[in-house]
Parts: sequence; C-alpha cells; structure tokens
Amino acid sequence: MKDQSALKADRLPRALIAAVATSGLAIMLFILFFLLKESLPALRETTLGELMTGAFWYPTAEPAEFGLLPLLMGSVSVTLLTSALALPFSLGLAVFLAEVCPSALREIFKPLLEILGFFPSVVLGFLGMVVLAPWLQERFSLLTGLNLLNASLLMGIMILPIVASLAEDALSSVPRDLRDASYALGATGFETTWRVVLPAALPGILQACLLGVMRAIGETMVVLMASGGAALIPRSVMDPVRPLTSTIAAEMGETPIGSAHYHVLFFAGLLLLIMTLSINVGALWIERRGRKWRT
Amino acid sequence: MTPKIKIQTTAMDLWYDQFQALKAIDIAIPERAVTAFIGPSGCGKSSFLRCLNRMNDFIPAARVDGQVLLDGRNIYGAGEDVIALRRQVGMVFQRPNPFPASIWDNVAYGPRLHGITNRRTLEGIVEGSLRGAALWDEVKDKLRSPALSLSGGQQQRLCIARAIAVEPEVLLMDEPTSALDPMATARIEELVRILKEHFTVAIVTHNMQQAARISDETAFFLNGEIVETGPTQRLFTSPRDGRTEDYITGRFG
Repeated sequence: MKDQSALKADRLPRALIAAVATSGLAIMLFILFFLLKESLPALRETTLGELMTGAFWYPTAEPAEFGLLPLLMGSVSVTLLTSALALPFSLGLAVFLAEVCPSALREIFKPLLEILGFFPSVVLGFLGMVVLAPWLQERFSLLTGLNLLNASLLMGIMILPIVASLAEDALSSVPRDLRDASYALGATGFETTWRVVLPAALPGILQACLLGVMRAIGETMVVLMASGGAALIPRSVMDPVRPLTSTIAAEMGETPIGSAHYHVLFFAGLLLLIMTLSINVGALWIERRGRKWRT
Repeated sequence: MTPKIKIQTTAMDLWYDQFQALKAIDIAIPERAVTAFIGPSGCGKSSFLRCLNRMNDFIPAARVDGQVLLDGRNIYGAGEDVIALRRQVGMVFQRPNPFPASIWDNVAYGPRLHGITNRRTLEGIVEGSLRGAALWDEVKDKLRSPALSLSGGQQQRLCIARAIAVEPEVLLMDEPTSALDPMATARIEELVRILKEHFTVAIVTHNMQQAARISDETAFFLNGEIVETGPTQRLFTSPRDGRTEDYITGRFG
C-alpha cells in the first residue's frame, strides 16, 4: 500500500519533467524544420554549386548573384585568426592562474575573468570602430581600419575570458593525487604541469577552445561593426570581410519575405548551423576517445 | 650484527603554523628492512612519512625543526636538492594514483623525467619495474592499455612499479592498502616482504595485524609523539609502555 502511494506521488513530477523536456526538444526540432523549410527553396533559385563556389555576392543586383563563398571565407578567416590570436593567450592565462599564481591573486583574477566574459559585444564593436580602426588605418596607412584583423582582435578579446576561465577549471580539477605522484618521483613544478596536469586536463581544455571557436563563428555584432563588411575573399589580414552572421543581420530586415535573397540568407544560417554542429560532433568524438583513459 | 641505519631523525618537530604536529621525533630506520608506523588517526604518522621526502614542502605553513639524516646527510640542510632527494626516497600513496595514460607510460614517467630517452633502456626499466612489483605477468600483453583499466590492487602495484622505476633507495608507503580488498592487500603485503631485499621500506599502516605481519621494526605514534619503537615482535608481544599495550590490545584507536 505504502509503495503504491509513493509511486503515485512520483507520477506528477515525472509527468511534469517529461512534458518540459519534450517541449524543449520539440521547439529545437521546430527551429531546425523552419530553417530547412526556409532555406531549401534557395536551391530552386540557384544551384548548390553556385551558392558554395560563386565568388560574388550581389544579392540586390539585376541579375542577382548569390555566391556565398566570400561570406563563408569571411566567417572562416575571422574564426581562424581569432583562434590563432586568442587561444594561445587564453591557455597561457589559464595555466598561469591554475598552476603558477598564488591563490590570493587567483581569488581576484578568476571572478574578474568571469565578469569580462559577459562584456557586451556591442561595446567591443564600438571600441573597434572608434579606437582600433583609426589607429590601424593610420599606423599601416590603410583605406580603412575596419578589417579582418580588427574584428579578430576584438573577438579574441571577447572569447579570451571564456576560454581561459573554462580551461582554468579543467586544470584545477586535475586531482591533487596526480600532482603528488609526479612530485614524489622528483619532477619539478614545470615538469608536473607539462607532463601530467596538461595531458590530464586536455579534454576539458579542448572543449574550452571549441566553445570559444563556436562563439567566434556565431558572433554577429563585433563583425558587423568592425570587419568592414566587404564581401571579398580576403587575401591579407588587412582586407575587409563580410562573415555570414553579419550578412544575415544586415540584410534580413530589408529583404522581401519569400524572395530568392530571403531564402539564400536562410541558407547562410543553415551553413552556420552545420559548421557549429560539426565542431560539436568533433568535440563529442574527442571526449569519447579521451574517456577510455580516464575511467 | 646490527643493520646499517638508513634514516635517523633527531629531535624533529613539525609545525603547521602554531600547531605542533610532531614533537621531538627520534627514530632510526634500518636499511633494507621494513619499518612500520602505527597509531590512531591524526597521530602524525603520515605527516612524519611526508617529512622524509619533503612532500610537506607543498604546505606553505609547514616547518620542520631538528634533523633528518639520510645516510648521514641532513635533508633539511642548506643546499639540499629536493628533486634529487625525492628520486632517492620514493613514495606510494594511500589511494592508487596512476596517471591517466598507458601502463607503459606510467612506469616510464620517472626514468624519462631523469633524462633516459633510449627506447631499449626504457623497455628494460619498464619490464624490470613491473616484475619487481609482481605485475609483469598480468600486464605484459597490454602495456599500451590505459592504466585506469586495471583493478585497484593492480593500480597500486603499478604505482609501486612507477616508484621503483627511478631506483630509489627508500620506499615510503602511506597506508598503501587502505583502499584495497583483502586479496589485493595480501598481494601487496607479500610484495613488501620482497621489496625489502632491495629497498629500505617505511610503511604507515592503520592496521596493526598488517604491521605485525610485514614489518621488522615498529614505531608507535600517539598525539604527535613516538611512544615506543622496537623490533616488531618484541613490541607486539611485550610492549614496554602502557599506552602501547592499550593500543595493540585494542583498548583505544
């Protein structure tokens, strides 16, 4: 009797949780469905080959040209340059915080870093426009300081606190036991960090990096304000670029619903989703592979 | 014939800030024998063990006074090379703590650290150490497998292999069987008896029967002091101090 009433009491919360979980999943599926429904008609207006390899983005010209390649290269180049600039610094900072700096200093630095992670990207974009761009323009005598390097520097500043903070968490959660074992074998602090702590924290560090990279791919405001907005395939870091995200943000509002341009913009959104999704799958795969060493 | 003394402490105190964890420890640890430290929890036996390879250095507030002589050299003296000391005085911990890497890499970690890069030499050291830790036959076909896929007892023997791979002279063991089942414990105890042919072993144990089974000398710690030391058999059969008798007969602890 008692067991049955306990079961009954369990039923309501169970049903509630199930309902919430299912509706969350349903919303995600609906978004995906909507994205596909709005983006696939783009293939009626033009071909997949032209979308992916066309080098010209003139969506409002007559006849319009919908080459997504410059936008894709814009996204890829900003992401790569951001990663190249920010990830080494982030990891260096994480190692410094977790392994080198005295704990009193870490108590100050760590919360500061976490607060910086919430810095509004529009403020960074603004800094890029009024501070960094004029400086770059003057220093390197460019036509415009709004370019790939500018956007990547700002985006680097944006993802640095996130990656550093998460990587620091990964390093700090390496058990004391492992460090002790290393020290007891006559390792120095540096050897212990390099040969034991870093390898043990590697999956967490990789995930921190991937999260930063995904943030960079998806970021819109900074690139909209600081990247220059020219739909060119960049040949140098001083060239202006127009990533997928800022293109969608800038053009969606001025496009007639149901037009070819409209569908192609949705297709650009689908490309972004595929990019982040494949990075996610990669991260899962790394996590899977790493797990057998840790349990 | 009296055995050679490997480690000798004289009036050794250990302080954590204002708290005195060890008081005037005088003990002689004989070479190539097993010395057990017994006593109730919190009596300072593990802290003492960590003084012998200076692992207490990592606790900023810890301070050691008095002398700890290893082969007549004060390891707390000026100019002591702690890295070299830890190579000379190895340690096995309470819970098995293999690195999240392969069995092979675990054993080769120490030798590589100390500059051995020749593959052949490393192979030899790995095999020798695993044999020395009575683990070779169980793992010889899976040296590339994750160390963490081994059982707890095997992991602890791997940690012993890792420790002896750098050819220490002294092996400190901090309750090495407290996380293991009786079968695995028996294997480690058997191993300790073999290890003393090559190494000076100092073992902290919570388990008096274990001390009685495997050690030659025993020191009884209580509240940061050594109450009594002596040959294990003598200490367990005719303790000289009333407190030792109370402890070994199970009146407290």
